[in-house]
Amino acid sequence: MINRNLQPLKKPWINSSTKDKIIHGFFFFNGLISVFVLVGIFALLVYTSIPAFKEINLTSFLTGTNWNPTSYVKEEYGIVPMLVSTFMVTIGALCIAIPLGIGTAAYLSDVAGNRTREIAKPVVEILAGIPSVVIGFLGIILVGPFLAKIFGTSNGLNALNGSVLLAVMALPTIISISEDALNSVPKNYDQASLALGASKWQTVYKVKIPAALSGIIAACMLGMGRAIGETMTVLMATGCAPAMPESFLGPVRTLTSSIAIELGEVAYNTTHYYALFALGLVLFIITFFINMVSDIILHRFEKVNR
Amino acid sequence: MKSIIRIILITGLLSANIYGARGMLQIKGSDTLINLVQRLSEVYMEENPGDYIAVTGGGSGTGVAALINKKCDVANASRLMKPKEVAQAVERKVDVRRVVIAIDGLSVIVNPNNPITKLTVDQIGRIFRGEVKNWKELGGNDVAITLYGRQSNSGTFVFFRDAILKNDYSQKMNRMNGNAQIVEAIKRDKSGIGYVGVGYVKVAKGLTVLKVASREGGEYADPLNANDVKSGKYPISRPLNQYVNGSPKGKVKKFLQFELSAKGQKIIEAEGFFPISEDYITFNKKAGL
Amino acid sequence: MNNKSITQFFGFGLLRLCIVLVLSALAVILYDIFHKGGAIISWEFVSEMPKKGMTEGGIFPAIIGTFYLTIITALLSIPLGMGCAIYLHEYSKGGKIARLIRMSIRNLSGVPSIVYGLFGVVIFVQFLQLDTSILSAGLTLGLMTLPWTITASEEALKNVPQSYRDGSLALGATRWQSIRTNVLPYSIPGMLTGAVLGLSRAAGETAPILFTGAAFFLPFLPKSFSDQFMALPYHLYIMATQHHAIDKVRPIAYGTALVLIVLIFCMNFFAILIRYRLRKVKME
Repeated sequence: MINRNLQPLKKPWINSSTKDKIIHGFFFFNGLISVFVLVGIFALLVYTSIPAFKEINLTSFLTGTNWNPTSYVKEEYGIVPMLVSTFMVTIGALCIAIPLGIGTAAYLSDVAGNRTREIAKPVVEILAGIPSVVIGFLGIILVGPFLAKIFGTSNGLNALNGSVLLAVMALPTIISISEDALNSVPKNYDQASLALGASKWQTVYKVKIPAALSGIIAACMLGMGRAIGETMTVLMATGCAPAMPESFLGPVRTLTSSIAIELGEVAYNTTHYYALFALGLVLFIITFFINMVSDIILHRFEKVNR
Repeated sequence: MKSIIRIILITGLLSANIYGARGMLQIKGSDTLINLVQRLSEVYMEENPGDYIAVTGGGSGTGVAALINKKCDVANASRLMKPKEVAQAVERKVDVRRVVIAIDGLSVIVNPNNPITKLTVDQIGRIFRGEVKNWKELGGNDVAITLYGRQSNSGTFVFFRDAILKNDYSQKMNRMNGNAQIVEAIKRDKSGIGYVGVGYVKVAKGLTVLKVASREGGEYADPLNANDVKSGKYPISRPLNQYVNGSPKGKVKKFLQFELSAKGQKIIEAEGFFPISEDYITFNKKAGL
Repeated sequence: MNNKSITQFFGFGLLRLCIVLVLSALAVILYDIFHKGGAIISWEFVSEMPKKGMTEGGIFPAIIGTFYLTIITALLSIPLGMGCAIYLHEYSKGGKIARLIRMSIRNLSGVPSIVYGLFGVVIFVQFLQLDTSILSAGLTLGLMTLPWTITASEEALKNVPQSYRDGSLALGATRWQSIRTNVLPYSIPGMLTGAVLGLSRAAGETAPILFTGAAFFLPFLPKSFSDQFMALPYHLYIMATQHHAIDKVRPIAYGTALVLIVLIFCMNFFAILIRYRLRKVKME
């Protein structure tokens, strides 16, 4: 295969170095695609959000506690309940996913034998392949009723249900990146600790996890980004009442589910439509910030361990 | 490697090449009507092989907008067109005609464990506005009321609000994605109350469909009773409309005539809605049917 | 047993408990779907149109819709992703621009899927006037999978030894000749594997296609890429939340979930198979 391809080209139609330059240019532009898309998304969200603020006061948008764009009386566009909902569900999810995720990662990297690891790792990765709509579906018919029974609530469409489901969605991210972080802690740390008479558990707990901490934090932040941006599970399983959430056992409506629930039936190019893009912009900014921070942490971690 | 690219290309080209004639009837709009119209079109296509009808949802507003933009032939709407939409239609030179194909009773449902079986319109309004918070206030059990409704742009949401609440819904009302999710939630939730089209409760079991009186001391009417709805005794009913561009002809006319025929109206009843009354039959005649 | 080994016993027990919990969550999901979905699966279920208002019949159009959607996604994301990876790994020398590109890629992979949906509505549906169609939805998903394809492709390029490039460059080949003949053939399997893995994730996505083309029900298969379509994840969403006879269609919802999961697993398996097969071919 290689030999055939290396035969001299028949009569090049163009000077080979010019051709190479053109090709270089082509790939250069291709490389910039990701920058274009990212900037494009941001610019477009800003551009489409702006008309919303002809009719909505920016302060009341950011501090209002009522979201009621199709009111009988007075339209209101306050995003505070959604921000609170989003963070409630996310923090709930992290409270479940972080201990479980780090524990699993530590088990895989330091406790499991080679055979167990070979089997357990791909199995954990299967979890990442389960679509969010399937998780949401199970949230409605399995997790929700189960939680309602345990907590004695009348229904299971609440923040807690959303948190449990989002924890399942964030786990694969947290586990795989934490495990990478634990594995990249230099071997001589373990050896030194064990040689000093520490047990394997002490080594994991007191040496390796602290050494990998920034990598683990980055993993948790990426998991957080995943949870904030998740749409289908929260849309299906959290009730979506627009009121300010009161407890984990009450309904919540996140930024993502608000967009999903309302965009489907809103008339194009109305204030309501533009306001939904403003929600998208807020969501984009939040996840962008989280990703940047986790990126910086991860970068620093990689540098230290090199 | 090359063969893989070739396979990908060929599959792409092949699937791009099976362009068919796009002479199908496009119907779009209300989610309340979608199951019904889809069933009607299914039977219609069985009877008229070769005629194709595509039914899609998205809400009444989406359907009307598509009709105005000439992206569909028939718009399903569970409400009347808004003045703004009519103005848009005039501007785009779309001559909108309304046809009423069925009557929908909007039923108010609770869990069978709830002792309450009837309410007045005023009580329902107070419940959904969030003024009544506990079933005990209405003579029921001592449990907090959980509200279930639709999202803000559905025709059902707007109709129920404008006809019954005459104000905003409580912000604490759960906003479900579809009528079906409301039914399912009420079945599970002993404290729940919700509103859905009668079509949804006829096929579902494990619910109490409330009898409703238009005022205190008035007669309670049952939405499951066809006569109560047809005669207007049941206070929460509405016509289900289809809008078309211009006086219907050709395929559009053929399908609309089928919907209004005895057979079509029978399907409408089987799907849980009510056949149209004499008044609407006369009304449709004026539209050219 | 001394103190240290007792704490170790409990500590490791705790870690074991963690992985047991994670694995049991997965087991519950898979058991429920396979157990309840398995009951309805038959040849008719995967090969027939829905009937009687989707309360009977199969989910064939949803399967076909997802298939067409995946073709468009692949046509956008594989070539662009490969090209971008080739630039990053073969041409750029790690300057500021490369850093900027890498940063964009990482951020793109963190953008919520619903935001891609918003982008798709404005750019593809409205601006480019593709309407709600397979094309709009597929392109939206294509952009979403782009960061995954790029990362996987770059990973594949990294695995080609530097000496392969040096050898051909030393013989006077231009950079492109060297990439084409000595780098790409060895990295294509890895690139395709990564691409198919990305596609499998795209096939399960619902949020980006909600507003860009997925339809509640269509009585026919899509005839071109500019038609609307039914798709497996969207079908499941509808069956779970919007259908009027929700009890009657519960088995269909489970069946759809099962088909979707099996499809995704098959794509993953296929990806690994490509890698294996292409490697073998090259050895000969």
